[in-house]
Amino acid sequence: MTADVTLDVEGVADPSRTGPALEVTDLQVEFRTRAGLAHAVNGVTFHVDAGETLAILGESGCGKSVTAQAVMGILDSPPGFVTGGQIRYRGKDLLKMSEQQRRAVRANQIAMIFQDALSALNPVFTVGFQLAELFRKHRGMSRAEGRKRAVELLDLVRIPAARQRVRDFPHQFSGGMRQRVMIAMALALDPEVLIADEPTTALDVTVQAQIMSLLAELQRERQMGLILITHDMGVVADVADRISVMYAGRMVEQAPVHEVYARPSHPYTKALLESVPRLDQKGRQLSVIQGLPPTLTAIPPGCAFNPRCRYAREECRQPPVPPLYEVADRHASACHFWQEVRQDD
Amino acid sequence: MGRYVIRRLLQFVPTVLGAMFVLHYLTSVAIQFTGNPVRAIFGDRTPPQSVLENLTRRLGLGDPCLEQPFNPCFSLFGKRLDAIFLHLDFGTDFNERAVTDIVAGALPHTARLTLIAILFELVVGIIVGVLAGLRNGGFWDYLVKVSTVLLIAVPVLVLGLLVRDFVNVKFGNVLRGVDGMPELISRGFFAPTWSSNHPWASLLMPGLVLGALSLATVARLTRASLLENVRADYVRTARAKGLASNRVVGVHTLRNSLIPVVTFLGTDLGALMGGAVVTEGIFSVPGIGRQVFAAIFTGETTVVIGIVTMLVLVYLIASLAVDMLYAVLDPRIRYD
Amino acid sequence: MTDVVSSGAARTSAAGTSLDHTPPSGEVTGGEPGQQPEAGLWGDARRQLIRKPMFVIPTIFVLIMTSLAVVPFLWTSKDPLACTVSGGLSRNPPSAEHWFGTSILGCDYYAQAIYGARNSLLIALVGAIGVVLIGGVIGMLAGFFGGWTDAILSRVTDIFLGLPFLLGAIVFLTVLKTRNPWTIAAALIILGWTVIARIMRGSVIAAKHLDYVQAAKALGASRSRLMFRHILPNAVAPVVVYATILLGLFVSAEATLTFLGVGLQPPSVSWGIMITQHDGYYHEDPFLLLIPVGFVVGTVLSFILIGDALRDALDPRLR
Repeated sequence: MTADVTLDVEGVADPSRTGPALEVTDLQVEFRTRAGLAHAVNGVTFHVDAGETLAILGESGCGKSVTAQAVMGILDSPPGFVTGGQIRYRGKDLLKMSEQQRRAVRANQIAMIFQDALSALNPVFTVGFQLAELFRKHRGMSRAEGRKRAVELLDLVRIPAARQRVRDFPHQFSGGMRQRVMIAMALALDPEVLIADEPTTALDVTVQAQIMSLLAELQRERQMGLILITHDMGVVADVADRISVMYAGRMVEQAPVHEVYARPSHPYTKALLESVPRLDQKGRQLSVIQGLPPTLTAIPPGCAFNPRCRYAREECRQPPVPPLYEVADRHASACHFWQEVRQDD
Repeated sequence: MGRYVIRRLLQFVPTVLGAMFVLHYLTSVAIQFTGNPVRAIFGDRTPPQSVLENLTRRLGLGDPCLEQPFNPCFSLFGKRLDAIFLHLDFGTDFNERAVTDIVAGALPHTARLTLIAILFELVVGIIVGVLAGLRNGGFWDYLVKVSTVLLIAVPVLVLGLLVRDFVNVKFGNVLRGVDGMPELISRGFFAPTWSSNHPWASLLMPGLVLGALSLATVARLTRASLLENVRADYVRTARAKGLASNRVVGVHTLRNSLIPVVTFLGTDLGALMGGAVVTEGIFSVPGIGRQVFAAIFTGETTVVIGIVTMLVLVYLIASLAVDMLYAVLDPRIRYD
Repeated sequence: MTDVVSSGAARTSAAGTSLDHTPPSGEVTGGEPGQQPEAGLWGDARRQLIRKPMFVIPTIFVLIMTSLAVVPFLWTSKDPLACTVSGGLSRNPPSAEHWFGTSILGCDYYAQAIYGARNSLLIALVGAIGVVLIGGVIGMLAGFFGGWTDAILSRVTDIFLGLPFLLGAIVFLTVLKTRNPWTIAAALIILGWTVIARIMRGSVIAAKHLDYVQAAKALGASRSRLMFRHILPNAVAPVVVYATILLGLFVSAEATLTFLGVGLQPPSVSWGIMITQHDGYYHEDPFLLLIPVGFVVGTVLSFILIGDALRDALDPRLR
């Protein structure tokens, strides 16, 4: 890997990049399926600032990927529908935009990296074509110019022999290299917000670290707001500034990363942390969260986590859903008994 | 790409030889069991022995192995291969007219007919399939589903007879009675049978009939693979790239969805050739199929064998071409 | 439901520090919580099918056609070949005595249509059974043993696939002067087994790699037990679907071959002969063509609809 990488693909870090870039307020998404109405996202609120990394953490099926797709505006619809809330990029509500305006935001201002690059890249086009397409369609460049930019991008994400490899098809790359291509594609138009949906889940552990450090580095250099969607606590600790924990389509805890590790204030977060193997507790039995996440067609009333919660009482089983209590500075938890959870160790 | 092409070419030779042998063996066994086919042209009359023997020998059916059931007749097969591949000799009819000459005269008609059928099935089939796929579950989708099942259930024979009798003749007669109706329409498109005055126009209906069955299959294949692909991750990526939905569907989805259609086209050519025999028979198109049809009725077995052998070769070469096209469309195959 | 909403999300957890507590079984339920695991593929399919009109109606139609073929004398007391030419005009429109009128030779057309079912369906049935047996065995051997067996059998299949169905049948039947339902069925079998062989080979290979088949193998199940107890039941569904559709295609093949002059010939009775003999009388008596056409199209359509319904019911991916 070469250290001196040129970053002038679209001009480095715009100095105007500060403050909240993306704000999502009370987002609601439902899926109208034959099996019934699935409430995938039920009033999710979060924001990400330029240059900051927000990790959205949760089990599969908790609605984190759906949230990402709703922000990008690429939900499969039907069956998925955004039924409420706001998604504001630099103050403008994306949900109120026309389809055409919205399309202009994609890739230009907000871009996304998908989990499985092999299926997320079109198998029948060269990676060069797929990268150049962005410049041709959004910037009106010629094929030759687009191709040149594509080579620069592959260089940027440190793919060796970029000039030759632009002519290759996705299946000719290794898993890690393919994910680099995905990153290159997301960065092509120098977006301000980058959503990475489980960017390393499909990769080997050694490759995971390389990809994450590349991503973190590029993010820092370009002052991007990064939304990292993951179920991997290990990844989060290394790169995130803040964490939002999601459960059954809701945010249950939001806090700066060190706060979460030091004083988890929601039973679910606590349980997640306890289920991660730690070197200093070698030999101790790992704890497991009992039960299964709820099916989204039948979310339990009250706190959705109550059937699996060791702190649960009668109050938790009754509506309303617990609100986000402010438990400390910039730290919120949606548990009625957050004090108890914090004290308990 | 090179390795795929070479492998496919290497497979081509044994496939051709094998298909030729199966054809040869089928006819040999049939002759071994039911006797000299030459006798059949004389009907109830019994020709003088010398005449019969002479004709039999001339048509290459004199080999004694043709009297021994299940004898594979390898030497006869060798002779046929030699004649076909070294001398382009596909046999003669009873009047010593070469099968190649018969086919050469008829070829343009069949080529046009097949071209019309293929264009029709591809253009209309893909458009209909895409529309149905995009409106999955809607009325249009349902309509396409029902009409394609109906089309598949109606044999080319039946469709051809019905179209000729009720569209070209009955409806055509009405058109022909209208003053000022252009000749091209009344005696071209709706000519009762093929007409030499309108060699292209009067092939339209037969072409549509011939292509109809495959059109239904193309539409269904396109619809199914489009539906599979619109949910694909790479289509989501294309949308996330902020591409217009025309481009997402027309470039990123369709290109992948057409791969099974191309594969189908390869096998479909064989069906079209068989269908051409029926269609040309019904509409009296003087093409290759009509020659086969006529030869069946006059009992000229050697003509049938010769023409079909030729068509099989054409089919195998065309499938080879389609396989190459397939590799162009799907890089995953190319670099296998 | 889980997979509806998590569609882009983690399915497997690669890292050690994973939060995925969903047990593997949670992944495959695919949103049908009430389903009993012991309900087999065929049981499920049967329950699903009897509620579908697009399966029930064509099945009833096929059963009626089958009864025409098996016991035609219960449907008509007339002899289809007892023909009288009365009053110089043999063709008569439908009447109380002759429900479907009479043919060009003055035969009762209703009786012909009834008795015609036998030859048409016999050819289709014998053809389909033959194709399933030959194609099924070849495909199974190729898929199960793999290696050289597979290489050779697949080549042979390719060679036969190189012969277009109708053209091959025309040549074989032209040379073979004896044309009866058996020889026609033979032609259909010789040229039609390839597709079944390919389907069978594909699904045997797929079934071979299923985890529980591997497990049975590891537990020392014998080859024949593996093949017949474990692999075959899994591989047979697509073959059944295609064979049903083939029944329909073979009914139309009989009509087509007969029309081309290489199929059945009078005094046999079949739908194909009825169509062939009455092609050309559409102007005065369209019913002479439309009646046999109706029987052929109805039967072909029924088999295709049954095949479609079976595929929907037997393909778990579509549920």
